Amino acid sequence: MAELGDLNQGDSLPELRVTPDKYLPHRYAGASGDFNPIHIDPEFAKAVGLPSNILHGLYSMAQVARAHTDAAGDPRALRRLEVQFRGLGMPEQEIVVTTTVKEADDGRLTTETEAAQGDNRIIRNAQAELALD
Amino acid sequence: MPVNKDAVGKQWPPVAYEVGLEKIREYARAVGEENPVHLDREAALAAGFRDVVAPPMFCVVYSAPAMGPAVLDPDVGINLMAMVHGSQEFVWGEPVCAGDLITTQPKLADVYEKDGRGFYVFTSESTNADGKLTVRGTWTNIVRGV
Repeated sequence: MAELGDLNQGDSLPELRVTPDKYLPHRYAGASGDFNPIHIDPEFAKAVGLPSNILHGLYSMAQVARAHTDAAGDPRALRRLEVQFRGLGMPEQEIVVTTTVKEADDGRLTTETEAAQGDNRIIRNAQAELALD
Repeated sequence: MPVNKDAVGKQWPPVAYEVGLEKIREYARAVGEENPVHLDREAALAAGFRDVVAPPMFCVVYSAPAMGPAVLDPDVGINLMAMVHGSQEFVWGEPVCAGDLITTQPKLADVYEKDGRGFYVFTSESTNADGKLTVRGTWTNIVRGV
């Protein structure tokens, strides 16, 4: 993880881009155990006022986590992640996770990070801590 | 209607979850993890893990059976139809590997009202069989119209 150790305040972590396919929410429901119909049933979702079935917020949070663990190359490096869920995440639209180093101190990085689909920022005001030991 | 704070401080019985290798693989594939330590035993052992290691966010899988009864508890009184998951924090400790038995204890940490919405803040502490903390979670659910 020498490369991460060279990062300074204001530097960026590599962007993560992923496009969840139409059936991703179904696979995530099975993997996570969260079968809330707003995530897997477009008709139900529309009936409760949503545009269609929406991504699980915790799936999108997992993409933010992955942007950090991929950058570190080690899942143990991620020590803390705090996010706010705001915009609705939709299947079949690319998610872009962008991350900036807010503090770099003796092998510990604090980042500001967010996930967006186009102009729709689905995860905001997120902060993570990475330890590089 | 003001929020009901009567249940603040309530704790629910700890719930145990046994972590299966194929469950880790299923989760890792669903979220797009490509690091072989989440998929392949040899790779995980070579990287110093006891067995295939769960991605950090797998904590939602082993915490869920404990958190469900807390969120649904009539003593808390959340209107589920008006609830959204507002924010989430995890602080990780020991890595979780296939074969681990993880026990999660939920607590209602706070209930408050802001801008006509109710905020229900649950915390969870998950420990492995050695008593070591694997994750501490803060789960904030927001209810429109309290």
